[in-house]
Amino acid sequence: MMLFKIASRSIFRNTRRSLTTMLTIAIGTAATLIFGAYTTFVFYGIETSTVERLGHLTVYRQGYFDFGSGNPAIWGIAHYETVLQQISSDPVLSSLTVIATPVQSLAGIVESSASDESRTFLGTGFVPADRDLMKHWDEHGTALLRANGTDFDAADSSQGIVGVGLARILGLCAPLKLGNCPKLPTGAPSDKAASADVAALPSQNFSDLVARDTADDPATANKYARIDLLAATAGGAPNVVNLAVRHAEPQGVRELDDAYVGMQLPLAQQLVYGRGEHRVTGIVLQLHRTEDMQQARRRLAEIFASRHLDLEVRDFAELNPFYTQVVNLFGGIFSFIAVIIGVVVLFTVSNAMGMSVVERTDEIGTTRALGVRRSGIRRQFLLEGAMLGFLGATVGVILALAAAYFVNRAGISYVPPAQAEPVPLRLYMFGAPLFIVKVWLTLIVVATLAALLPANRAAKLQIVDALRHV
Amino acid sequence: MSNHVVTLTNVTKTYQVGAEKVRAVRGITLSIPAQRFTMIVGPSGSGKTTLLNLIGCIDAPSSGEVEISGRNVGHLSDSEVSDFRAAKVGFIFQSFSLIPVLSAYENVEYPLLLTGVGARERRRTALAMLEAVGLTAQRHQRPNELSGGQKQRVAIARALVKRPAIVLADEPTANLDSQTGASIIALMRRMQTESSTTFIFASHDDHLISHADEIFTVRDGELIESANA
Ligand SMILES: Nc1ncnc2c1ncn2[C@@H]1O[C@H](COP(=O)(O)OP(=O)(O)OP(=O)(O)O)[C@@H](O)[C@H]1O
Ligand SMILES: [Mg+2]
Repeated sequence: MMLFKIASRSIFRNTRRSLTTMLTIAIGTAATLIFGAYTTFVFYGIETSTVERLGHLTVYRQGYFDFGSGNPAIWGIAHYETVLQQISSDPVLSSLTVIATPVQSLAGIVESSASDESRTFLGTGFVPADRDLMKHWDEHGTALLRANGTDFDAADSSQGIVGVGLARILGLCAPLKLGNCPKLPTGAPSDKAASADVAALPSQNFSDLVARDTADDPATANKYARIDLLAATAGGAPNVVNLAVRHAEPQGVRELDDAYVGMQLPLAQQLVYGRGEHRVTGIVLQLHRTEDMQQARRRLAEIFASRHLDLEVRDFAELNPFYTQVVNLFGGIFSFIAVIIGVVVLFTVSNAMGMSVVERTDEIGTTRALGVRRSGIRRQFLLEGAMLGFLGATVGVILALAAAYFVNRAGISYVPPAQAEPVPLRLYMFGAPLFIVKVWLTLIVVATLAALLPANRAAKLQIVDALRHV
Repeated sequence: MSNHVVTLTNVTKTYQVGAEKVRAVRGITLSIPAQRFTMIVGPSGSGKTTLLNLIGCIDAPSSGEVEISGRNVGHLSDSEVSDFRAAKVGFIFQSFSLIPVLSAYENVEYPLLLTGVGARERRRTALAMLEAVGLTAQRHQRPNELSGGQKQRVAIARALVKRPAIVLADEPTANLDSQTGASIIALMRRMQTESSTTFIFASHDDHLISHADEIFTVRDGELIESANA
C-alpha cells in the first residue's frame, strides 16, 4: 500500500535522524527488557532461597504467628502426626506438594564448653532428610542449589548445624575448619572483667548438666565440636541438651547468622517439651509450583475447618517480609526506569516527527491538493511513528536477547539480596515471551502516541499555506 | 450553463496578514467553458494563484459561490472537498511538487490509488500516461534524478491520469528555461486536445497567450477583461 511505501521510504530518507531515533527506541527497549529480566532473576532467586528454607506454606496453631514466637513451647500443635497424615493423604494436597514436614522453633542460650563463650540462640528442629529434599526446590532453574546437605548420621540425633556467625562467636572456627574467619583481637573485652557473681552463676549450672549429658555418648564425644543448648520447657523448667556441630552454614541475614542453631527434630522436641508430649511449632509444606500456593492454602483451610482443627496457614511472603520488600523495591525501580525510558522515547520520536512534518510541508500540501483527507495525512505520520517504534523496538528485543545470551554464558556471579553465597547471574529473558511482547508493544504504542501531536499538526495545515511554504 | 465547468459568482477572498486585510480577489464573477484551454493572465500579485486555488477547491472564498462541474463546493465538508478534488481536479504546480520518495511511475499512479482504481487498470493507465509524456524510460527514477522539464512532464501525467474535470496549472513554466517551457506548453496543449479536458492555466507571461482558447485578465483582484482568442 502507498501509505506504507511513503512511510518506510520517508523514514530512510533522513537516515541519520531516523537511525538516531530508532537507536534511542532500541536502547530503551533493550534496557527495559534487560532490567526486567534482572528483576525476574532477583525475584526468582529470593523466592527460591526462601522456599528452599521455609517451604511455601506453614501450618501453625491459631495465633502463633502473631503472638507465639516469644514462647514456642506453649504453642505446639498437638497430635501433629495425625495432621501430617491428613495432609499427605489428601488427594489434592499430595499432588501439589513436594513434602510436608514438621518443624520446631525454639530459643534459648548456647554455650561452647571449649571456649566458654555463650549467647542467645534461635533454633529450628527439623527432619534432616526432608530439609535436604526441600533444598532441591528449583522451579525457576535459578541454580541457587548448594550441594551441602545436612550429612547427619542417621543414628545420632544430637548432630546439628550452626550459623557461620555463631560458630565464629563461639570460637568454633578452628574445629569446624572454617576459612575466612577473623581472629579475636588481643585485648578484646571479656567476661572475666565482668562482675564475678553474674559470670559465675550460669557456667556452674551449665557444666554440671553438660557433664552428665555428654557422658552418655563417648563415641562421638571427641569427633565433633560440641555446644550446649539451654532453654525453658513448656512447663517452665530449665532444660539442656548437647549438640554435635557437623558444620556451619551461612544464613544470609547477619542477625540470624550470629544466632542460628539447626538441629534434628527429636532433639529440639526434647529440649522444648522435656518429658511431656512432643509437639511441633509448625508443619511446612513445599509445593512443586509457587502458583499453586493459593489452591493449597484453600484446601488446607477446608481440611482444618471440616475437622475443627485450631490451625492457621501462613505463606513464605508472610514469614519472610524481606521477600515482599525486595519485590516491591525492584518493582518500583523497574516502573521508574520504564517510565523514564517511555518519556525519553516519547520526546525523541515526537521531536523527529515534528522535524519531518516541517520538512515535508510542501509534500503535505501537494498530497492534500491531490485529494488526501486530513485523516489520511494524520494516518501517514502516525504510521511513520509506529514504524520507527516497530523497527527500534524489534532491534531492541534482538539486542536484549543477545545481551541475555552472552551474560548467561559469561559465568558472571554475584551475591543477590539476602543471600549468603554468590550465584551465577542469569537474565530471565528467554522464558518470558509475554514480557518481551508487552515491552515491545508498549514501545511501539509510545512511538505512535509520540507521533500524534506532529501528525495532527500536519493534518491541520491549510493547503494553500503548505504549498506556499517552499 | 451546462457547457461551463467552472462558475464563480461574486467571489471574494480576503487574507488577514497581521492587522491588515489583503483583498486578493475582489468580487469576481466568471464562467469557464468545458474542454477548452483557458488562460488567466495578470501582473504579479493580481490574484491569479488565489483564483486558481478557489477553483481547485484548496481554498475557500470569503464570500460568493464557487460551482465546479455542476457542484456548489462551498457547502461541502473538508473530507467531501478532498474526495471531490481526488475525483475532479488535477494540479500542476510551478515548483513541480512531486512526492520525493516515489518514483515517476508511482507519482503518476498515486491519484488512481486515491480514487480506488484496481491494480491492473492503475498500472495500464499510469504507464500509458507516462508514455504520452515521453518518460517511459525514466519511470523508475525518483524526482531528484529527473530534470526540471522531466519533473513537470511527470506532474502533467499525474494531473491527467485520473481524467479530471479540470486541470489547473499555476505558472507551470516559471521554473523552466524558455525552451523547455515552450515544450511543456506544447505538451499541455496537445494533451488537452487529445483528452479534451478543461485546462486552466495562470501566467503573467504574455508570450503564452497565443496558445489559449479563452483568456481572462485580472488586476488587483478584479476581472478586467475576458476574451476568446
Ligand atoms: N495565503 C496568503 N496569505 C496572505 N496573503 C496572501 C496569501 N496568498 C496570496 N496573498 C496575497 O494576495 C495577493 C494575490 O496573490 P496571488 O498569489 O494570488 O497573486 P498572483 O497573481 O498569483 O501573483 P504571482 O504572479 O506573483 O504569482 C497578493 O498581494 C498576495 O500577497
Ligand atoms: Mg501566483
